[in-house]
Amino acid sequence: MSVMVVRKKAMRKWEKLPGRNTFCCDGRIMMARQKGIFYLTLFLILGTCALFFAFECRYLAVQLSPAIPVFAVVLFLFAMAMLLRTSFSDPGVIPRALPDEAAFIEMEIEATNGTVPQGQRPPPRIKNFQINNQIVKLKYCYTCKIFRPPRASHCSICDNCVERFDHHCPWVGNCVGKRNYRYFYLFILSLSLLTIYIFTFNIVYVALKSMKIGFLNTLKETPGTVLEVLICFFTLWSVVGLTGFHTFLVALNQTTNEDIKGAWTGKNRVQNPYSHGNIVKNCCEVLCGPLPPSVLDRRGILQQEDSSAQGENSTRGPSTQEPSTPEKSSTQEPSAAQVLGAQVVGSIREGSSSPTRQSAVPMLPLSPTGMPEEAQPSAVELPAQSWEDGPTEH
Amino acid sequence: LSPQAHDLQELRRSASLATKVFVQRDYNDGTLCQFQTKFPLELDSRLERQLFEETVKTLNGFYTEAEKIGGSSYLEGCLACATAYFIFLCMETHYEKVLKKISKYIQEQNEQVYAPRGLLLTDPVERGMRVIEISIYEDRCGSTSSGSTSSGGGGGR
Repeated sequence: MSVMVVRKKAMRKWEKLPGRNTFCCDGRIMMARQKGIFYLTLFLILGTCALFFAFECRYLAVQLSPAIPVFAVVLFLFAMAMLLRTSFSDPGVIPRALPDEAAFIEMEIEATNGTVPQGQRPPPRIKNFQINNQIVKLKYCYTCKIFRPPRASHCSICDNCVERFDHHCPWVGNCVGKRNYRYFYLFILSLSLLTIYIFTFNIVYVALKSMKIGFLNTLKETPGTVLEVLICFFTLWSVVGLTGFHTFLVALNQTTNEDIKGAWTGKNRVQNPYSHGNIVKNCCEVLCGPLPPSVLDRRGILQQEDSSAQGENSTRGPSTQEPSTPEKSSTQEPSAAQVLGAQVVGSIREGSSSPTRQSAVPMLPLSPTGMPEEAQPSAVELPAQSWEDGPTEH
Repeated sequence: LSPQAHDLQELRRSASLATKVFVQRDYNDGTLCQFQTKFPLELDSRLERQLFEETVKTLNGFYTEAEKIGGSSYLEGCLACATAYFIFLCMETHYEKVLKKISKYIQEQNEQVYAPRGLLLTDPVERGMRVIEISIYEDRCGSTSSGSTSSGGGGGR
């Protein structure tokens, strides 16, 4: 770490996190690196709704009912809130193992498998667990150096292991996992409703106005209508279909990842051990279940050995009962609280001192859902995580 | 200074980190956060099995409470959905409340049980809920008594 003489701002942990994520607003916002398609999504939704409110709503509010634009506004705001929530939140990233932990697991693996002579292919690193009378295999992630929990998967685009990994969605510019699946589902649901709503009322508008001034004149007066109808028509087929698909997944408590891989197709009498067997219960659990907080501490302050007294020792949750005192680098009369803090400092420093290298930015496939790939056995080095300043406030 | 904190000070002055033990997750109940109660052999000389099992079982109980699916969690979920999740700007989730309880419990356990034996528990939340990290400190001066002055480095009490 370079010695900084003048520190204007304490460094936060997000600046040193591995993985290919972008952080904005000083770590409050977390997205994938590729954001182009997300901006397109925003543009399409905002643009279409702006046209709808500007043209059709004025006519329909007067002719039919003022409730029409009101309901549209509510739907629009809800859809936008869900989109931003999906895009900006932590999908459930599992932080990488610190060196001590990784070494411990390696030792355990070697103890189980025995040391492999040079040149021979090592046996696959798998742990078996029995869940609900089903044998579930846990795979070892070479990048994150952990045994992945069940249903977790490594996203090769974001280079993170994500819990209950569903898929990487370029349209929202983020992975969809345990923590943001319900926002994603509510987003596509509300977007479907919004699209159907706008489409329907555009047709109604054209029909009503055509009766008075003729079809071609209507289109000439509000050319935006054609654009809206086109966008809504194509969106309908994709988004409504996607909503239907995800409703099916929610009812069975499956993820897109499991569905694509055919994990629970039923052959060899393999069944989904996570399903409650009851559609209502599955829906309730997935959509209204408890929401785990992010374990990826983004806004914690990274303690520097030679920092001027910052005073803040913000690790996750109140880990100290005594009032926080400035961190001292040497072991001068540390109290219990400082030892607890120092423990975390030591680990952070170890974690952040790994060598970094520039990694090539991967090309995204332009499909509604990105195909998740398994992690390749890679070298020890962690890829560099670069970030850019966020353009907007949340 | 309370006698327990004083013990810790004595310990830290004369102790250095020997090794760490990692208690892994137990996935037999699915994706719920539970830790294995299997006693790590490295702690054999330091800690009684019973105490360790009690700690892990209590932690497991806390996590079960945090992830409990029932009437109150559904209510929280539905209310949050109705407010487009803006309510979480002013309200803590049930899970976060339980995590705070867990932090306090670990602090207590460290002070009362683990530190006097030269051990330190790390809150699993700081390790991504993957492991319970137990650091084993070795007493440089060789004495494992608590409260007695050991000679390492100067200083009065």
